[in-house]
Amino acid sequence: MASRIRIRAQLKGDACEVKALMRHPMETGLRKDQLGEAIPARFITAVTVTHNDKIVLDAFWGAAVSANPFLGMRFKGGSVGDVVKVSWLDNQGDTGEGETQIR
Amino acid sequence: MSSRQSAGVSRRAVLHMGSLLALVSALPGRLWASVARPQSAFEATAVEGVFADLGVTPQRSDAIIFSVPDIAENGAVVPVKIEVDDEMLPGVSKVYVIVEKNPNPLAAVFAIPEGTQPYVETRVKVAQTCELFAVAEAEGQLYMASKETKVTLGGCGG
Repeated sequence: MASRIRIRAQLKGDACEVKALMRHPMETGLRKDQLGEAIPARFITAVTVTHNDKIVLDAFWGAAVSANPFLGMRFKGGSVGDVVKVSWLDNQGDTGEGETQIR
Repeated sequence: MSSRQSAGVSRRAVLHMGSLLALVSALPGRLWASVARPQSAFEATAVEGVFADLGVTPQRSDAIIFSVPDIAENGAVVPVKIEVDDEMLPGVSKVYVIVEKNPNPLAAVFAIPEGTQPYVETRVKVAQTCELFAVAEAEGQLYMASKETKVTLGGCGG
């Protein structure tokens, strides 16, 4: 099940600023539920940002990134209308992706 | 003869490339990452362990501008921002975020290809008041900046 990502990509001088907000519980695996049973770990392990299909950032995350993760980054170049995509993969094999155009 | 032969070789090379391309595009989903996840560094349970895994304790550098709040009201959501001054420290290829007293201190690694600015922002969980480290790798050398965050409400939920 792929989940959506909210993304904004905006030109700032000679760079493009990308901000992305993903929906994900980011469970560490260390918490217990009300019955005292461990809640299984479920967190995003990899995030990739592409600009017109070229990778501009690869991120690797542990469970210490906050729930509903936020990512901000900047790359040089890029012009209005270019496609910026963000995709993630979690430790259970779920994925999410989203895309937007630079404005 | 020789020209035919060379034409044959180059055609074979072209066909070979074509089949490689077909193979790559036939792979399901996307290919994850041009760099590998440093799994053992993520599994380290102390900052020293993370540094040992990276190979060396980084030297401090003023080129790393590390912004974290002095006081985090909610340790589950602590904004961190790392920016490296490219003139003082050019060629940054990786940025690491480390939270000293978390069960696994390494929180995130960002691989920065050429053309991407050494600038990342995210939000991390901080279990208790401790030091946060931002490490930048540039041309095989490691540099760091650190800052303490006071946590009034723990980051590990529950």
